[in-house]
Amino acid sequence: MNFEQWNGFSEGEWQEKINVRDFIDKNYTPYLGDASFLKGATKRTKEALDELERLKKLEQEKGGVLSIDTTTVSSLCNYKPGYLTDSDIIVGLQTEKPLTRGVNPFGGIRMARSACEAYGYKLGDEIEEFFTYRTTHNDGVFRVYTDEMKAARHCALLTGLPDAYGRGRIIGDYRRIALYGIDFLIEEKKKDKAKAGENYMDVENIRLLEELYQQINFLGKLKEMAAMYGFDISMPAANAREAIQWTYFGYLAANKEQNGAAMSFGRNSTFFDIYIERDIKAGLLTEEEAQELIDDLVLKLRCARHLRTPEYNELFGGDPMWITESIGGMNLNHKTLVTKSSFRMLNTLYNLGPAPEPNLTVLWSHALPEGFKKFCAKVSCDTDAIQYENDDLMRPRFGDDYAIACCVSAMKVGKQMQFFGARTNLAKLLLLSLNGGVDNVFGTHLGPQMSPIEDDVLDYTKVMDRFNTYLEWLCRLYVNTMNSIHYMHDKYAYEKTQMALHDTDVERLMAFGVAGLSVITDSLSAIKYAKVKPIRDENGIIVDFETVGDFPKYGNDDDRADEIAEDMLVRVHTELKKTPAYRNAQHTLSALTITSNVMYGKKTGATPDGRKKGEPFAPGANPMHGREQNGALAALNSISKLPYSSASDGISNTFSIIPDALGKNENDRVENLVSILDGYFNNDAHHINVNVMNRETLLDAYDHPEKYPNLTIRVSGYAVNFCKLSKEQQREVIKRTFHSFV
Amino acid sequence: MMKGRIHSLQSLGTVDGPGVRCVVFMQGCPLRCICCHNPDTWDYSGGEETDLDELCRRILRFRPYFGKNGGVTVSGGEPLIQAKFVKELFCKLKSYGIHTALDTSGTILNDDVKALLDVTDLVLLDHKYPTEDEYFKNARAHLSDVEAFLFELNRLSIPTWLRRVIIPDITDSEASVRLLNETAKAYKCVEKIELLPFRNLCKEKYDTLGIPFPLADVNSPDKETMEKLNALLDEKYH
Repeated sequence: MNFEQWNGFSEGEWQEKINVRDFIDKNYTPYLGDASFLKGATKRTKEALDELERLKKLEQEKGGVLSIDTTTVSSLCNYKPGYLTDSDIIVGLQTEKPLTRGVNPFGGIRMARSACEAYGYKLGDEIEEFFTYRTTHNDGVFRVYTDEMKAARHCALLTGLPDAYGRGRIIGDYRRIALYGIDFLIEEKKKDKAKAGENYMDVENIRLLEELYQQINFLGKLKEMAAMYGFDISMPAANAREAIQWTYFGYLAANKEQNGAAMSFGRNSTFFDIYIERDIKAGLLTEEEAQELIDDLVLKLRCARHLRTPEYNELFGGDPMWITESIGGMNLNHKTLVTKSSFRMLNTLYNLGPAPEPNLTVLWSHALPEGFKKFCAKVSCDTDAIQYENDDLMRPRFGDDYAIACCVSAMKVGKQMQFFGARTNLAKLLLLSLNGGVDNVFGTHLGPQMSPIEDDVLDYTKVMDRFNTYLEWLCRLYVNTMNSIHYMHDKYAYEKTQMALHDTDVERLMAFGVAGLSVITDSLSAIKYAKVKPIRDENGIIVDFETVGDFPKYGNDDDRADEIAEDMLVRVHTELKKTPAYRNAQHTLSALTITSNVMYGKKTGATPDGRKKGEPFAPGANPMHGREQNGALAALNSISKLPYSSASDGISNTFSIIPDALGKNENDRVENLVSILDGYFNNDAHHINVNVMNRETLLDAYDHPEKYPNLTIRVSGYAVNFCKLSKEQQREVIKRTFHSFV
Repeated sequence: MMKGRIHSLQSLGTVDGPGVRCVVFMQGCPLRCICCHNPDTWDYSGGEETDLDELCRRILRFRPYFGKNGGVTVSGGEPLIQAKFVKELFCKLKSYGIHTALDTSGTILNDDVKALLDVTDLVLLDHKYPTEDEYFKNARAHLSDVEAFLFELNRLSIPTWLRRVIIPDITDSEASVRLLNETAKAYKCVEKIELLPFRNLCKEKYDTLGIPFPLADVNSPDKETMEKLNALLDEKYH
């Protein structure tokens, strides 16, 4: 097979069947130099940026939502074309106007309705009417939820469940559109459908056939959507601008169709670079123009919005989309996948200023070119807006064409999808087990019922026995709950566009999560190494603890505590695997909590580690703040001991440091940060957010948010706009350990 | 097994020597500097008795972070009062190819210290005050000892960084910084001079210990002063 649009590309397997990885492998140009070739923003880019900043300011003034189109149901072809400016290079908006939010009730009409109302709008009558006849994902889930599932959800033992909106975390291989054009993709899906038609028609196969029908249907709509913007995407992209545009159309279509919690972008920079290099060589594109293309793409990505309720924003910290773009890494032949466009993508943080979206994620390997390592570290020092994940750890498991969804979830692009599984609160589970199945915050009876533990001083072995009983119960409930949610999501809100950009024979992961890892670790350590006396209320329910004596704490590179955390992840993962997951998905696990660690803490009683009732948890896999005695690297060592093999959905760590503690001048800071990242990832750690910031800046931003509209900080797995955090979350971020040893 | 008294271990140090460093604070100090920010390290019997192998094991956990330039800095307290222990520690570290730095006042020079210097890659020598009188008044020790120490470092060609804390009205005169620059020039081993702005962040430590802090109300020198003083140093010492 050949297309004229492929002229100049090296031949390979990719020409015979869909294989973007092979195309990249045969055609990309690694870049080993430094950042000196980069260009600044053009006048046009600056004007477009000004327009977006103006709209964002208005949005902020209006309480976080600029406007809502309440009469249209969001889908691929339901809005007329929208533009940020009249000189957009990369075109396409979710709705007709920039930052206007669409409504997407397929996940749940209630969420759409209450979000409209919270911002002073009313959901259109026609939509209300239509959805009285249409079952949503949310309706479906609540039809099958058991009383126990509802109770676990109510008292926040299981929380953040994707049962009221799109589940997200699925990354379409949007590059396929650019490389092959829509028509070829439709042909391939038709072949798959014909083949599936020969199988025995069991439930699985019938569902697959219907899904393929929908995928083909939506590929057609995607073509129609692009045509509305004046582009024919039936054929492959012929140049860099088209390649970026075609790819972006795919992402845009997904965003119009789905309001998933995390709508990640994939791993596109090096793919784009092949087209950019070809155009530059042919004299069709200058460096300035290449940067302008990437800048304009990023501006469009920064326009992406979903309509959420204020409670949702409170939980997740701001208004996140998790438009994660994975950059860099090595290939399976030990050649770096860093290209000039990896630099160009990071350069958008200078040209357009720091911002949380897109969520730029560097796939770090000790073998990355030095010039790239240093540029990353410099960008971190200057903007705080990138996160790092260990390519050397993920590549053996996911190959060299995986991308990160959300914050830390790796999957092979176009070959694996994920059922997002939110998380369970381990600290709460410990308290529930000590109290024999009574939640001491909500008063709910839940899980195996027995009398509260009666000892005056808690005995480690006895506590673990009990905890294991409850963990066994919880894991079964957790898997069953996820199975119900994802069955209904497939049934009522299937991701037609995104799944059309996956192989038909897709691998599925079911991503479970834990919150409160450091709290339960230190609590169990206290029980094991110190004296923990339960304090009971008049009904004999344990409501607090008196802990006498010192105990090893997670975050000090002390094996006695760290082993408890390691064991906990293995234990939970092992227990989860005992209950089969929907559609034969593989059970995976993460230690990740975004900013919801504040909310988890609020709903959890006092714990044996000395944490008071309602106090925030540490985020992700971080140690509790104020418990480190040996400085930041000891904390990094503790975190790096957590086994990725049991938590392959990601182990998130947020690292904040003031500039003075990182080095005396910019050059030292860059070199030291590179050393820290190399050391950390050499220890098989998985992920790190790096914040190089001043406590003073943050305190000032807390008091005067208007002065810092774009202050970006990284929290667990994600960069957020500091000013969009709730006051409570802001306080928590400030309180969280600053590694400020000067 | 050899034991030493350790105040604490800071795993991420980037301001006491080159690169990313693990900093070991030794317990016990014979000096009483008015600007001391670690009064909790004075008491010879304080801190924690730690055996050499255990300390070494803990330090080696941070080796992956040292990169090309980093290593271990032993500070204090005054590490020279436990010179035997520090020497053994450095010997072990060097067997792993780890760069060793000693952060000291340089007021003690005996056979143990000389043996320690044999395994020291870099000395951060705190040249606290410019004259004998001021030195004794503000640190209860002798500048002549420091100069003898510096002489020895030069004889052994051990790379040395001279350091001085800039305290408003005490060490912030241009003349004293010029004098420091001249001192440096007399010794080939000096590679760098670091002027460190005084900070009163340690106030709480003094309060907790119930020790009066003579500089409690002194502010940090401003940025301009620091820039001005730094400009007085020869370019090669920056």
